[in-house]
Amino acid sequence: MTTRDFIQERIDSLENREVLLDVQNLKTYYPVTGGFFKRVVGNVKAVDDVSFSIRKGETLGLVGESGCGKSTTGRTILRLLKPTDGKILFEGKDITKVTGSKLQKARRDFQMVFQDPYASLNPMQMVGDIIAEPILNYEKRNKKELEQEIKALLTRVGLPEEAYYKYAHEFSGGQRQRIGIARALALNPKLIVADEPVSALDVSVQSQVLNLLKELQIEFDLTYLFIAHDLSVVKHMSDRIGVMYLGNLVELASNRDLYREPLHPYTQALISAIPEPNTAIKKERIVLEGDVPSPQNPPTGCPFHTRCPMAMEACSKEKPPLKEVRPGHFAACLLY
Amino acid sequence: MTGNYTTKKTTPLLQVRNLQTGFKIDRKFYNAVENVSFNVDRKQIVGIVGESGCGKSVMSLSIMQLLPNGIGKIRGGEIDFEGLNISELSDKKMNKIRGKEISMIFQEPMTSLNPVFTIGYQIEEVILNHESISKKEARLRSIALLKSVGIPRADKIVNEYPHQLSGGMRQRVMIAMAIACQPKLLIADEPTTALDVTVQAQILELLKDIQETNDMSIILITHDLGVVAEICDEVIVMYAGKIVEKATVDELFNNPKHPYTDLLMKAIPKMDEDVEKLATIDGLVPSIINMPQIGCRFANRCPKAMPECLTVTPQLGEVEPQHEAACLLYDESWPAGEERQREGVPVL
Repeated sequence: MTTRDFIQERIDSLENREVLLDVQNLKTYYPVTGGFFKRVVGNVKAVDDVSFSIRKGETLGLVGESGCGKSTTGRTILRLLKPTDGKILFEGKDITKVTGSKLQKARRDFQMVFQDPYASLNPMQMVGDIIAEPILNYEKRNKKELEQEIKALLTRVGLPEEAYYKYAHEFSGGQRQRIGIARALALNPKLIVADEPVSALDVSVQSQVLNLLKELQIEFDLTYLFIAHDLSVVKHMSDRIGVMYLGNLVELASNRDLYREPLHPYTQALISAIPEPNTAIKKERIVLEGDVPSPQNPPTGCPFHTRCPMAMEACSKEKPPLKEVRPGHFAACLLY
Repeated sequence: MTGNYTTKKTTPLLQVRNLQTGFKIDRKFYNAVENVSFNVDRKQIVGIVGESGCGKSVMSLSIMQLLPNGIGKIRGGEIDFEGLNISELSDKKMNKIRGKEISMIFQEPMTSLNPVFTIGYQIEEVILNHESISKKEARLRSIALLKSVGIPRADKIVNEYPHQLSGGMRQRVMIAMAIACQPKLLIADEPTTALDVTVQAQILELLKDIQETNDMSIILITHDLGVVAEICDEVIVMYAGKIVEKATVDELFNNPKHPYTDLLMKAIPKMDEDVEKLATIDGLVPSIINMPQIGCRFANRCPKAMPECLTVTPQLGEVEPQHEAACLLYDESWPAGEERQREGVPVL
């Protein structure tokens, strides 16, 4: 079977599956306080009206530059942050407002893999204990059985069984990320939010971790929300990709459509800006002017109009909604 | 040591010969850069790629003589800049070259600017250090420099502090500082790694422009093969402190010879291809303390390794015109190399 057939088959099989996560008009604002009484003087609109859904077994990639709100989106979905507005439906259940023990119960089904493998593991704990912690949080377990289970998990993510007795500092970056993945898998979750899981790793190690994540997805029927700033990594990992800019989802499409026919001018610029490790490809590059505006004081209308090479007058007045331009291909731009 | 500049048009701008740089760990020196030789021609952009810990930054710090005092030391070899061996220069003499003839930009635009001085002050400092002009002239020069690197409102920004600028703007300021005295060689150590892709594209474009207008040479150190393909003329691939491959950009990307380079390229996901599985390189770079003294340093991770790779140290040699690799597969003094490759190599 060629890679193309494989991908086609994957697309077909995903279409029939049920929606696992449905995010509707999600908003997360960080209050800005000032003055003597720490009054709220403004909001950083980190996530401003974002909607998407992920089917079971699918990988949705979120890309964007720093400060575009992709991590905040991931964290809000896991309810590590409180959403300001909107709805998060997980398997049809609304988890936007649940708190306390109900939230803890719900969280069993979604886990996270963090960016920094150096900071996200407790240096004082044995690796075995790090991985056991999420399990013991939910169940009482026989110690011996649990140890066997964790050792099996360590082997599965490509670490030796002895890793159980070691500490995080004894491992390299790639191996630590494997420990982080094992911890996320420990509870057999349905959804894994991977927030820049490979950006701290060297390319040779990066490819190992990416391959592992893909294998595990099929083996454990996992659903991923894959967050990264590197478009080629996201493209490799995802079935569909959402492009974020300044807290807004500006384009959402299948991985192929997005690369072949990017609709939003921002996506076009983003794709053209990636240096391609191939000298045969000489592409027309769209170099954007200036920097991303501050999310505390976003421009009116389309958030991208200040840097957009195709901006029209209407762009500064009206904020374009995300709309289906082609089947399954959404873009938020007045051009369409 | 002669202090004369023997500049000839034909000699390369920079010649590094058998450079060895070591670090002191527990009272013993270990080489982080081992027998590295390469040239940088005038107006050439040379890229140095490799994964973290391969010695690329240490090499650039050696050229600039900025190694940490007492810990890092050049232990052998020569660095000829326009015919002058700068590896033996005194600090005082080196200060005249650093910033004027050779300058450097660093990876972290956030930490390499001084937070308590204005942008203008920091640029003027460079100019006043090397040229005897008035403060007023220096101020005008720095405004012009800021304009030339594409900073808007340069006459205002010159009075601002680094924290008031974004990452991309700070990197532009760093570049303005680096080119303030029109150096002949600019060493850029991961200049775009901390930046977003759209900003990275701006900075690369800027570096290319400046290189052309100032007739400057650039050594670009990066781990991103994409950036190399974008702007370099020649590429050096380093692994564990040694050069494993050296070629023109087109040659290297179309025809990688060393197994390490080959794997490195296959390990990156590409935008124009769909691959189900990426190539991986198993194992880890040997640590500086346990570096194998003989044999190929990549042998323990190399899928094409032969038993000889552990006992014979491969030398960098020409495998094709303008293309050198350090691998026994291509070593002529090792006639078994190519035949073996054809017949299916006995894997280690």
